[in-house]
Amino acid sequence: MNTENFLDFQGVWLAYNEQLLGQHHFAVEDINLQVKRGEFIAIVGPSGCGKSTFMKLTTGLKQPSKGQILVDGVPVTGPLKISGMAFQAPSLLPWRTTLDNVLLPLEIVEPYRSQFKQRKADFVERARRLLSTVGLAGYEAKFPWELSGGMQQRASICRALIHEPKMLLLDEPFGALDAFTREELWCVLRDLWTEQKFNVILVTHDLRESVFLADTVYVMSKRPGRFVVKREIDLPRPRDLEITYEADFTSIVHELRSHIGSIRKTDSVTRP
Amino acid sequence: MAKKTIEAAAPWGLLVLTIAIWQTCCSVFEISEFIFPSPYRIAQQTVEFGGVIAAHAWRTFWVTMAGFGLAIVVGVLLGFVIGSSRLAYAAVYPLMTAFNALPKAAFVPILVVWFGIGIGPAILTAFLISFFPIMVNIATGLATLEPELEDVLRVLGAKRWDVLVKVGLPRSMPYFYGSLKVAITLAFVGTTVSEMTAANEGIGYLLISAGSAMQMGLAFSGLMVVGAMAMVMYELFSYIEKHTTGWAHRGTNSE
Repeated sequence: MNTENFLDFQGVWLAYNEQLLGQHHFAVEDINLQVKRGEFIAIVGPSGCGKSTFMKLTTGLKQPSKGQILVDGVPVTGPLKISGMAFQAPSLLPWRTTLDNVLLPLEIVEPYRSQFKQRKADFVERARRLLSTVGLAGYEAKFPWELSGGMQQRASICRALIHEPKMLLLDEPFGALDAFTREELWCVLRDLWTEQKFNVILVTHDLRESVFLADTVYVMSKRPGRFVVKREIDLPRPRDLEITYEADFTSIVHELRSHIGSIRKTDSVTRP
Repeated sequence: MAKKTIEAAAPWGLLVLTIAIWQTCCSVFEISEFIFPSPYRIAQQTVEFGGVIAAHAWRTFWVTMAGFGLAIVVGVLLGFVIGSSRLAYAAVYPLMTAFNALPKAAFVPILVVWFGIGIGPAILTAFLISFFPIMVNIATGLATLEPELEDVLRVLGAKRWDVLVKVGLPRSMPYFYGSLKVAITLAFVGTTVSEMTAANEGIGYLLISAGSAMQMGLAFSGLMVVGAMAMVMYELFSYIEKHTTGWAHRGTNSE
């Protein structure tokens, strides 16, 4: 067993139901992917390319039609509790305070669930610490609707991280934010990752975002989704927002941009 | 602040204005007391028959509350079942819609055969007419769950029950209180309609007997009493709603 690889996709195909499988309509095709422990990967591609399907496969919410997926050396057979998820919509519960929203996973996932009453004070302390690292100290007792969009998204990321997952899955988490807030949150995510070194899978439309944050960027083709390009980002860490204006950075972004452009072109030719 | 005070006083102002116009019309055109009594005459008869009206009103009130309580229990349980299971939703909903379209007054003769004259038909009519909105609202609240949030919770190993209790039920609370406000007014309608033909007590009975005795003032004061009771209960549930699920009304009651 290769313990070096944290995430290992071996020839994974997925069709959403039996009928589509019979017709050989796959949402994702022949995915082979090896991700090292603690690696930050980003997946970019045109919309509708199966990025969200990929997330469902990784977390065990969907089982592949063919092939297998190993996480931490173990085949994935059901929902993976070692993962945390956040989406474009913060989807916080409006009747809970920010603090209680962040605590929600601990009320559900074992072993925290059975300890929740006895260790409540510990957990609250942990949530407060996490909230303060993303700049939300002092907002614990506020309700989500009293927070700005960027703050809600910070809280949503805290909710994804409160149970100390080994893997963080983010599906266009900064897509709905304005440019300045988005760059601020890039740095928040960078710092969290630098400190805790969990695995991150970031699905995004934003090429600059992917290059700034990730170790490796994968480009997916349109339906059926395949990984067509793997690009390691060798920019030195720690990375500062300044590097997004440097020549090395922009040339990588341009390179990825041309890959996506060519996917879109071949696609429009081959489609009936 | 001044605007708030004016808003609060507006319904009272309108009430006073309506009564004034009513009284003026009755006095100026000299309308017969047996056709359309003036507010003064209604007030007179209300005082005169105060004890009788109070007894009938109390009967109507508790009968309505019994039917309404039954409606809450059944409505919440049925709503919970059809809101949490797609199959149950598909099976129950069309039948319930057909049932809801039936006029509930038409059930009264059947209920009389089964339960006799008295509180049985009244409680059940109040129940039949008021459980539907409660059921629908609970079911709607439970069924509207964002798919992303469901993914977040399912990945953590949340069972259906966890999702229902942590997310579905709190989310359906504003719908629930909203439906109580509608249902309580319907319940009064159910009780009164039933009492008109199938009881010897209650405001419905009072209306019929006052009408046949040409006591129009008394009949009108019976109507007023039902209206007032329904309105007080409506305001009560409205108050409870605002103070328990404020998060759902932030746009309207924020300072």
